[in-house]
Amino acid sequence: MNKCGNFFVSKKNVVLALSMAALMCVPLSAGAQKPAADQLTGKLVVTGASTLAPLIGEIGKRFESLYPAVRIDVQSGGSSRGVADARQGLADIGMVSRAMKEDERDLSAFPVARDGVCPILHQENPVQALADEQVVAIYTGKITNWKAVGGTDAPITVVNKAEGRSTLEVFLHYFKLKSVDVKAQVVIGDNEQGVKTVAGNRNAIGYVSIGTAEYDATHGVPIKLLPIGGVEASTESVQKGIFPLSRPLHIVTRTPPVGLAKAFIEYAQSKAVHDLIRQQYFVPLAD
Amino acid sequence: MISSGSNTLSRWPTDRLLLWSLRGVATIAGAIVLLIVVFLVMEALPALRHVGVARFFTDPSWHPTEGFYNLTPMLWGTLFAMVGSVLIATPLGILSAVFCRYYAPPAVAQLYRKLIELLAGIPSVVYGFWGLVVLVPLIGAINPPGPSLLAGIIIVAIMILPTIALMADASLTNVPQQYMRGAAALGLSRWATIRGIVFPAAKSGLFTGVILETGRAIGETMAILMVCGNVVQTPHSLFDPIRTLTANIALEMAYALGDHRAALFVSGLVLMAMIASLVAAADWISRGRIYG
Amino acid sequence: MAKTLERTFDGRELFASTLVWSAAVLVTGTFCWLLGDILWHGLNQISWTFLTTPPRNAGREGGIGPIIVSTALILSVCLGVSLPIGVGTAVLLAEFTTDESLFGRLTRRSLDVLSGVPSIVFGLFGNAFFCKTLGLGFSILSGGLTLACMVLPILIRSTEEGFRSVPTGYRLSAAALGLSRTTTLVHLLLPAAVPGLLVGLVLGVGRAIAETAALIFTSGYVDRMPGSLLDSGRALSIHIFDLSMNVSGGDAHAYASALVLVVLLLAINGTASWLAEHWLHRRIVTV
Repeated sequence: MNKCGNFFVSKKNVVLALSMAALMCVPLSAGAQKPAADQLTGKLVVTGASTLAPLIGEIGKRFESLYPAVRIDVQSGGSSRGVADARQGLADIGMVSRAMKEDERDLSAFPVARDGVCPILHQENPVQALADEQVVAIYTGKITNWKAVGGTDAPITVVNKAEGRSTLEVFLHYFKLKSVDVKAQVVIGDNEQGVKTVAGNRNAIGYVSIGTAEYDATHGVPIKLLPIGGVEASTESVQKGIFPLSRPLHIVTRTPPVGLAKAFIEYAQSKAVHDLIRQQYFVPLAD
Repeated sequence: MISSGSNTLSRWPTDRLLLWSLRGVATIAGAIVLLIVVFLVMEALPALRHVGVARFFTDPSWHPTEGFYNLTPMLWGTLFAMVGSVLIATPLGILSAVFCRYYAPPAVAQLYRKLIELLAGIPSVVYGFWGLVVLVPLIGAINPPGPSLLAGIIIVAIMILPTIALMADASLTNVPQQYMRGAAALGLSRWATIRGIVFPAAKSGLFTGVILETGRAIGETMAILMVCGNVVQTPHSLFDPIRTLTANIALEMAYALGDHRAALFVSGLVLMAMIASLVAAADWISRGRIYG
Repeated sequence: MAKTLERTFDGRELFASTLVWSAAVLVTGTFCWLLGDILWHGLNQISWTFLTTPPRNAGREGGIGPIIVSTALILSVCLGVSLPIGVGTAVLLAEFTTDESLFGRLTRRSLDVLSGVPSIVFGLFGNAFFCKTLGLGFSILSGGLTLACMVLPILIRSTEEGFRSVPTGYRLSAAALGLSRTTTLVHLLLPAAVPGLLVGLVLGVGRAIAETAALIFTSGYVDRMPGSLLDSGRALSIHIFDLSMNVSGGDAHAYASALVLVVLLLAINGTASWLAEHWLHRRIVTV
C-alpha cells in the first residue's frame, strides 16, 4: 500500500488523523460521576476584577471539590466588565473590587473580603513616614525632591495608577484629590507592576494593595510600606478596622440569587473560606 | 503568473473548482479586516456622536472621567515608538540574515537561525517583564525615571527583529544560484555581491518583511504597557515616559464604561487609520518597482 | 566564495564584515541575556510534577499540566484553521492573480492592515464576534479562531513570497507537458514553496503562542483541564502574565512557565523543519 509513497495515505498518518479527530470530538475528562440527588449541578460563569479572580478561582475550586458535578468558570476583564456582564446576563456573577457606585444599586452586591491600600517606597529610601499633606504635595507635583521630606537629594518618581482602577479611586478619595491634579512620572496598571517599578527605582513612591505589598515585602522584594495617619500598614490593621484606606471586594448578581449561584455566594461569604482569603493576603470580613 | 488555459487533458473541471475554492478562501481572509473595522465603528459610535470627532484632537488632555478625550499625545507616542523600533530592528535584522547566509560557518548559522526562531515566540509578557526588571532600572540609573520611550523602542525592536530577520533570511535563500555564480565569475567581492546583486534580487521579500514588522510594532500592547511609563504626554526626549494608543486601550478598557469605553474604540479606529495610511503609502512606493 | 580574486586588503569589505559580525554579536548577546535570565530563574522549578499537576494557590504552587494541554489545543485549532485558508489565499495571490488585478491588490492590502491590528483589538473583536455573536462563549475554539485571524497575514504573505521564488521554468515546463494547474500546484509548486511556508508557519506559531491580550478575552482564564474544545482554557502566555503581574509571589513559577513555553516552541519549530525537509526531500530532487 505504501509502494507509491503517497504521503497522506500511509497507515501511520491515517491512525494519527483518526486519533486526532477522536480527540477533538470526545470529551477528555474521565471520571464522570453520577450526581447524587441532593448534590448541586451546573455551571457558573464569573467575570470581573482581575484582583479578585485568583481568590474567587480558589474558592471555586474548593466548592467544586465539595460538589463534583459543579463547574465554576472564573474569567477576568475588570470590575466594569463584571458589572456589565452581570447586568446583561453574560455572566452569572460579577466580581467588583471596590465599593458599589450609586448607579449600581440595582445589582445585588455581596462583600467577600476587604483590602487596604498603602503607599510604598524602596527599602533603601531613608524616609520612614509621610504626613498626609506631604503625600498630597508629592502627588500634585509641589514637592519634587526627596530632601524636602527628609530624604536624600534626588528627584521623586511618582507612580500613579491608571484611571478607573479602584485603588486609584480609594487613594484619591482619602486624600481629597482629583485625577487631573495628579502629576505622575509613571502610570501602572496592576499591583505587581507597581511593586516592581518601585523595587527597581530607589527614588520612587507608589501605592498598591496592602495584601500584595505585604506579601512581597515579606518575601524579599526591596520595598517597604508606609503608615497612613500614624497607623501601621498591614493586613492586621485592616482587619482591626483602624486603617483609614481600605476597600471592600464584592461579588454581584443582577437579581437576588437563587439555586447554584446562591449556594456559591453563601459559601464564599462563609467562615469556611477565611483561610483562602488570608492565603491571598486579603482580609476576611468579621461577622 | 502563467496565464495558460485551464487543464487540457483532464475530464474533471479540477482547475475551475480549485480557482473558485481559492477565491472563496481568499475572500474570507480579506473579509476579516472589514469585520474588525465594522466592529470598531459600531462600538465607537456612541463616543463619535456624543463627543464629536474634532474633540479627540483638540481637548486639553486625556482625562475621560472629567470628559477630556485628546488622543494627540498618545498618537505621537505610538508614532515615535514605531519609527524608533523599526529604524533599529530593520538594519539589525537584515544584517543578521546576511550573517546567517553569507558570513557564518554552517554550524553557527544553523544555531543562529534556531535562536532567532525561538525569539519569535517569546510572549510579549516575558519581554515586558524582562524590560521592567532589567532594562528600566538600567535606564533609570542613567536618567530617571526608568520607564520611557527609549525602553519601549528597545523592547519593541527586540520583539520585531525575528520577523524581519527570518523573512530576510528566506528571501536571501530564494536568490537564484545563477546570480551568485555570475557574481563569482565576475570576481565581485562578498559585500559587493550582497549589496549589488542579492539585495535588489531579494527586495520584494525584504519589503514584505518590513511591512510585517511595522505592523507588529504598531500593534504591540503588553510589553509597551510595562516599560513605557504610560504617562499621557507628547515626548520631548527619549527619556520621557509615553503612552501609546494600544497601551491605553489595554490599561483602561477593563474599567471603562459608556462614553469612556466608546472613546477607547475610537482610538482603535485611529490606529487602523494609521496602519491603512502606512500600507497605502507602501503600496504607492512599491507600485511596479518591487513586485516586478 | 570569490576568494581567489579578492584583493588582499579591501576597506569596504572589512567594514562590511565588521558591521555584519557586530550585528550578529549584539543580537546574540541580547537574546542570550534574556534567555539566560529565564533559564536561571526558572530551571529549578521544573519537574515532572510541575509539568503534569494542576495549579494550586492561584498558581504559586502546583504545576501547569492543564495549561499545557489548553495551549496545545488552542494552537491546534489556530493552525488547523489558518493553514488551509492561509495557503489557499497565498496560492491564489501568487498563481492566479496578476499584480494589477484589483482583487489581488485589495486582498494584499487588507492583509497588510490586518497584520497591524493591535492584539488587544483582536481580543475585543474575538470576544464580540466569536464569543457573543457566534455563541461560542469563552472557549478554546474562540481563542483558536481569534489567533487564526492574527496569524493569517504573516502566513499568507510569507507563503506568497515562497511561491514567487519558484522559478518560472517549473510552471512553463508543466504547461508544456499539459499538466492541469491543480497538478502543477500540488506536485510541483507547493513542495518547492515549502521554505516560504515554513517561515510563515514558524513566525505564525511564534506569534500565536506569544499572544496574551487576545486570549484573555476569548479563551479565558480557567485553569482546569479542558473537557472539550468548547471549554474555557488558560494558555501558557496568560498564565505567565497572571503570575508575574497579578499574583504576588508568582514570579518563580512565571519563569518556569516561560521556560516550558520556550521548550515547547523549540519542539514545534523542530517538528515543522523536520516535516519540511522530509517533504521536500521526497518530492523534488534539485540539481
